Amino acid sequence: MSTPTRSPESDIHHSRMDDLSGIVPSPVRPTSDRPLLLIGLGAVAVWLVLWQVVGLHMVVGLVVGYLAFLLVSYLYYRAAGGQRVGLDIVVRWLVYAAFVCAVVPLISMLWTVIGQGLPLAFEWFFISTDMKGITGTHDQAYAAGEGPLVGGAGHAIIGTLIVTGLATVISVPIGMFTAIYLVEYGGKNALARGIRFLVDVMTGIPSIVAGLFAFALFTQIFGIRDAKMGLAGAVALSVLMIPTVVRNSEEMLRIVPNELREASLALGVPKWRTIAKVVLPTAASGLASGITLAIARVIGETAPLLVAIGFAREFNWNFLEGPMNTLAVYTYWMFTKPLSPAVIEPSQERAWAAALLLVILVVALNLLARFIAKIFAPKSGR
Amino acid sequence: MSKRIDVNNLNIFYGDFHAVKDVSMVIEPKSVTAFIGPSGCGKSTFIRTLNRMHEVIPGARVEGEVSIDGQNLYGRGVDPVDVRRQVGMVFQRPNPFPTMSIRDNVLAGVRLNSKRMSRKAADELCEQSLRGANLWNEVKDRLDKPGSGLSGGQQQRLCIARAIAVQPEVLLMDEPCSALDPISTLAIEDLINELKSDYTVVIVTHNMQQAARVSDRTGFFNLEATGQPGQLVEFDDTQKIFNNPTKKATEDYISGRFG
Repeated sequence: MSTPTRSPESDIHHSRMDDLSGIVPSPVRPTSDRPLLLIGLGAVAVWLVLWQVVGLHMVVGLVVGYLAFLLVSYLYYRAAGGQRVGLDIVVRWLVYAAFVCAVVPLISMLWTVIGQGLPLAFEWFFISTDMKGITGTHDQAYAAGEGPLVGGAGHAIIGTLIVTGLATVISVPIGMFTAIYLVEYGGKNALARGIRFLVDVMTGIPSIVAGLFAFALFTQIFGIRDAKMGLAGAVALSVLMIPTVVRNSEEMLRIVPNELREASLALGVPKWRTIAKVVLPTAASGLASGITLAIARVIGETAPLLVAIGFAREFNWNFLEGPMNTLAVYTYWMFTKPLSPAVIEPSQERAWAAALLLVILVVALNLLARFIAKIFAPKSGR
Repeated sequence: MSKRIDVNNLNIFYGDFHAVKDVSMVIEPKSVTAFIGPSGCGKSTFIRTLNRMHEVIPGARVEGEVSIDGQNLYGRGVDPVDVRRQVGMVFQRPNPFPTMSIRDNVLAGVRLNSKRMSRKAADELCEQSLRGANLWNEVKDRLDKPGSGLSGGQQQRLCIARAIAVQPEVLLMDEPCSALDPISTLAIEDLINELKSDYTVVIVTHNMQQAARVSDRTGFFNLEATGQPGQLVEFDDTQKIFNNPTKKATEDYISGRFG
C-alpha cells in the first residue's frame, strides 16, 4: 500500500468533500420543440394503424401509442439535450395524461347529461307540474304519438330546495359553533380532541346509515305510519353535512392569524366579541364557500332520502307531514321504476331532465361559493 | 391619563416552566421605560403580564402583584377586559384588521366595544388618534381604503393610533420597530417621544441604541443559563445603565461582549 498515512479524521473529511464536489448538475444542451411534434404525429399514426388496420380496441391503441410517444421522446431528448431534458419531457407528458384522465369522465358526464336532458329540462310544464295522476297509459300514448309528454319534476325541485334548505339551517349553526369551540376555546383539551375524533368518524358514515338513523328517530317520535316527512330527510342530510361544515369552518378559523385576536383583545374587547367581530368576518369568505360546498355535497344524496322521506308524486309544501320528492330521488325512481314497464323511454327522458336540473343546481352553488368568497375576501387595495 | 405601575415579586410560569423570576420594579407615569436583553429572557412575557395578555397563551400563570395606581391587576374579581382597556398594547408585527378600512381600524376599539358614537364624534376621534400617531397627513385622503394597503411603518403607526383611540392609561410596545426599516423606525421613535407627554410608555426592544434614544429608564433582563428563568438584572436610569452599569452582566451585554 502506498497511500500516504493520514489521520482517520482528515480521511473522513476528505471523502466528504469529494462527494460534495462530485455533485455536478448534468449538462443541458438546447433542443427545439419540432421533434416532439413529429414524434407526437408518429404516435398518432401508430394509434390509427393499431386501431383501424390491426383492429385493436381504440383505447388499447391509444395507450400503446402514448407509451411509444413517451419512450421515443425520452430517448430522443436524452440524446439531444441530456438526461434532465429527457426526464423533463416524460414527466411533463405524464402530468398532462393524468390531467386528461381526471377531466375526461367529468366532461363525458356533463356531455351526456346535457345531451339527454336538454330539451325537456327547460320545458315550462316539466318545471312547473308534478306526477299526480300520470300513469303508464299517458306514456304509451306519448310513445305512440297520440298525446303529449305529461308529468314533471316541479314537486321534486321544490322538495330539493326545502329539504336541502332545512338541512342547511340545522347544520350550519351546529357546525359553525362546534368549529368555534374547537378553535377558540377547546384547543387541545380532552373534549376538543374527542369532538375532533367523532367528527372524523361522522365524516365516514355511509349515507344510508344516516337515512336509517333519521327514519328510526322519527319513527320513535311519530310512529311508523307518519315518520316519513321532509324534516326527517333534512335531519338525515344534516348528519352528513355537519362534519363537513365543522371541518371546513375549523380550517378557515384556524388560518385567521393569532395577531388579529391579540390586537382585538389588547383593545379591551371581550373574547366573544373578538370572535364575532374580528375572527368571523376575517374568515367569512372561506366559511361561506365551505358551507356552499357542503350543501353541494348533500344536495345529490338519494339513499338516505329514499329511507327517510319516501317518494311523493305530487307537490308537498309541508315538510312536517307526508313524503316529499327531490331531484335525485325522482331521477332514481324514474330510471328504476318507469311508469310503463313496456315503454320506458318517456320515464327515462324525465330522469335525464331531472339529472340535468340537479347538475345545474350544483354548478350554480359552486359558482355562488366563488362569488361569495370574492365578496367577503379581505381587500388589500391601495 | 397616565398612571404609575408597581410590580412586586412577579413570577411567571408556562405550565411547569418557570419563565420569569422575582421581578420587582416601579414604572413612573409619563415616562418611557425600555426593556432590553437577549432573546428568550422573558422581556415579552413580562410586558404581556402588564395587561394580562399572557393569559391568551394556554397554561400561562402569574404569581405576585402588579398594581396600577394601587389597584392590583391580579386581584380577585378584576376583569382582564377592563385591564386591557386601561393598558393598551402594540405588537411586534403590524396587525391592522384586514376586513376594515383605515378609519374603521382606528375606531375598532370603540366600535368593537359597541359604544355608540355620532358620526361627528367618530370623525373627531379618528382624526385626533391619527394625528397622535403622526399618520393623519399621510392617510387623510384615503380613510376608506383598507388598512392592509399601507406600508409596514404606516401600518404600525395605524396600530398605535388604534391603541390610543381607546384612551388607555399605559401603552405597552413589544418590539414595535423590529419589522420596520430605519426611516419608519425613526418615525415611531419620534412618536414615542411625543406620546410620553400623555402616556406611560413601556417598550421592549432588541435595539440598544433605540433604548438609549427613547427611554428614560431601562431594565436589563437576562437568563443565568438556558432552562433557567429570566430575571431582571438591573433597572435604573437609562443614562446610568448605558454609561455606568452596576452589574457586570449588564456591562457585558451593552458593550457587546456576550449575546
